[in-house]
Amino acid sequence: MNPALNRRTFLRTGVRAAGGLLLGFHLPERGLSADMPAANKLNAFVLVGNDDAVTLFIHKAEMGQGTVTSLSMLLAEELECDWQKIRTEFPGVHSAYGGVQCVGGSQSVRSCYYSLREAGAAAREMLLQAAAQKWGVARTACRAENGCVINTATGAQLTYGNLAEDAAKLRAPIDVPVKSFSEFKIVGKPMRRLDTPGKVDGSIVFGIDVRLPHMLHAVVQRCPVFGGTVGRLDDAKAQATPGVKKIVNISSGVAVIAVSTWAAMEGRRNLAIEWNEGEVAAFSTPDITRAFATAMKTHDPVPGLPLMGIDRWLADTAKRLDAVVYQVPYLAHAPMEPLNCTAWVKADAAEVWASTQVQSSAREIAARKSGLPLEKVQIHTQYLGGSFGRRGAVDYIGEAVEVAKSVGVPVKLTWSREDDMQHDTYRPASYCRCISGLDADGWPAAWKVTLAGTRFSDSDAATEGFNLYTGAKFSGYTYLHRNVDPGIPVGCWRSRGYSQNTFFAECYLDEMAYAGGKDPMELRRRLVAYNPRLRNALELAAEKAEWGKPLPAGRGRGVSLVNNVGSYTVQIAEVAVENGKLKVHRVICVVDCGAVINPAGVVQQIRSGIAYGLSALKGGITIKNGRVEQSNFHDYEVIRIDEMPTIDVHIMPSTDPPGGIGEASTPGIAPAVCNAIFAATGKRIRQLPIRAEDLA
Amino acid sequence: MAVVRFTLNGKLLAVEVAPAMPLLWVLRDTLGITGTKFGCGMGLCGACTVHIDGLPQRSCVTPISDVAGKTVTTIEGLSPDRSHPVQRAWIEEDVPQCGYCQSGQIMSAAALLAKTPNPTDADIDTAMRNNICRCGAYEQIRRAIHRAAQLRCAGGAR
Repeated sequence: MNPALNRRTFLRTGVRAAGGLLLGFHLPERGLSADMPAANKLNAFVLVGNDDAVTLFIHKAEMGQGTVTSLSMLLAEELECDWQKIRTEFPGVHSAYGGVQCVGGSQSVRSCYYSLREAGAAAREMLLQAAAQKWGVARTACRAENGCVINTATGAQLTYGNLAEDAAKLRAPIDVPVKSFSEFKIVGKPMRRLDTPGKVDGSIVFGIDVRLPHMLHAVVQRCPVFGGTVGRLDDAKAQATPGVKKIVNISSGVAVIAVSTWAAMEGRRNLAIEWNEGEVAAFSTPDITRAFATAMKTHDPVPGLPLMGIDRWLADTAKRLDAVVYQVPYLAHAPMEPLNCTAWVKADAAEVWASTQVQSSAREIAARKSGLPLEKVQIHTQYLGGSFGRRGAVDYIGEAVEVAKSVGVPVKLTWSREDDMQHDTYRPASYCRCISGLDADGWPAAWKVTLAGTRFSDSDAATEGFNLYTGAKFSGYTYLHRNVDPGIPVGCWRSRGYSQNTFFAECYLDEMAYAGGKDPMELRRRLVAYNPRLRNALELAAEKAEWGKPLPAGRGRGVSLVNNVGSYTVQIAEVAVENGKLKVHRVICVVDCGAVINPAGVVQQIRSGIAYGLSALKGGITIKNGRVEQSNFHDYEVIRIDEMPTIDVHIMPSTDPPGGIGEASTPGIAPAVCNAIFAATGKRIRQLPIRAEDLA
Repeated sequence: MAVVRFTLNGKLLAVEVAPAMPLLWVLRDTLGITGTKFGCGMGLCGACTVHIDGLPQRSCVTPISDVAGKTVTTIEGLSPDRSHPVQRAWIEEDVPQCGYCQSGQIMSAAALLAKTPNPTDADIDTAMRNNICRCGAYEQIRRAIHRAAQLRCAGGAR
């Protein structure tokens, strides 16, 4: 007997017995497939029920980016099933889904474009084979269509539900050919999201909605200073708080376990803790900025020695531009669903219910923290209420397992918004100095970029964004990064290093253009002449935005280019500054993301990425004595509906392999807007967030 | 602890909890009705929006004692079958992305339309600016509200 199945049956009975009140008693996996015979499973991705319902197993997490729909489209394209009868499930971590299960870097569609179509085709072939056997005809006499197999000679039909059990007994075929681009019936058509209905009636289960029998709730008090530890703890008052069950020390702080989230929060308020704050307490934002500025100097020419490399090229240019410095702050991810994780650590096994981008890493940390072997840990992946990179870290999952280990019953750990804002893995604060020189005709000839910030993710992340112009014609072009780590945790934030570096690069490109008396569009045309995809996107954007056509007084246009996640985006923003206030009226975004799976999803993600990037113009995280100064949405500004521009998205037709889309548009919006501000007002924004005095 | 009686989604019920416990946590943890979301705990983001006696309120900063004798509607009670004009419009415009803020967005939008059947863009800005969506589905939300107004007109007020 499958213990998970037992528990599910128990839960369902329990809900009925409890009567109407506990209507929302959410089953952690609302097990559709669990109720069906495993015999109907055609492969790791496809199960066909006797009732013709098709369950697709989505091995990638859904955080809003549309994987449930786009991956289902890839499977269904070849499966030839009835789109109306599809339901989806997250299967959790399994070796059948490859070595590492995660979402990030806008990779899901790119990495599954072939494999999921092949899985769909293999399942369809098994259904066709089963029908052929049943009818005693050749496989070639059978055709699959809309959830049925049709006998082309007699016109007889069998639904997939009638064939599934027999089909599942067949050996899975290999090397089944998949359709070519021109044969697609679903892929490339705008499809509505499969997860929308459950998101308009409150029924979809996010990690934070998981409920289990006997479950307790927990919150953790962490040291407000990064890296600090608990010194002296007086928990008497917290222990006496109504509803509090237990207080335990875990590696990141002190956990309060209670009968409800609120009781746990009330108990936490009553903790008295003296912290060993550690060395990060010595740092505040001005110190960090100074450290960045100092680090820059290591790349300066050494006085008295001959100029080398880029410095030599700069010296040889006809007109030198003075060095300028750009700066961006730390940024929080602030997904709408605060971090949370439910864990149940038993003597010989553990189960974890989590909204996570990194299912495999979640399993690893749960194994490590529980002390159990990997194969004894089961991950139940839940819908993510946003992530933007934050749930690529597993700190909160490790915490939940530590807490659950101390009580033996399921525990849901919830972070408050303040916890989220003050213990994030931030987009690194970054500092960028640019020096350049123009040739005699006013075109940029040499460009030296020196960056400082905390290195994160892989070695390219800190400088990516500047690589766009490595193919352009400069006599000299160099970008360097200095690692400065003041102890503030950093990580991937939607579009990683592109996010800040595109702001630096595209704004400075405009500075070079104006210094040489060139139109910013003309300069970009010249620089990306080597890249036809980018050049074509640029031309379309210029046309759609009517670049060059005079605007009403006080308005300006700004352009930016990005090549990240395998896609090209060109953005043109149209802005005005009215009474000292920025208004972004309109954004044109042209995207070439190769072959498109779901055009509706592409438009949605382009708009979403722009909105996320716009928040970077408003908000920032600052540090005082090793602590984050912001705590919630009143002092960490994000974009609201009344600030949202109209966004026109244009997709370049393409049969190239798909690029990524979730992060494609985030980097380009800040420079497009800031370049437009310059065009409108003559004010050059070199520091984010934009302050009132920058526009006054 | 106190016994608080109120009407939730059309049913009279009683809960015995601390009077200061926010309605949000009574719904989510005590009653297990999880469509209403926790987002900020300070009434800043709108994810926890419910209707109390027909008006949009932030359940995360509403002590349960304040709803004694009142009528509370959550996303689960807006319609039994996603047939409320706002829900229909949300589906037709395919508004949600991650979807986490959408219960609150929908409850705010439904309250707006009940008061202002044909809202202007400025009305929408005022009513919706304190509902944060980090996925940035704002254009779709605006379009869906206009569509819901039409649906509501066509189908009789609700």
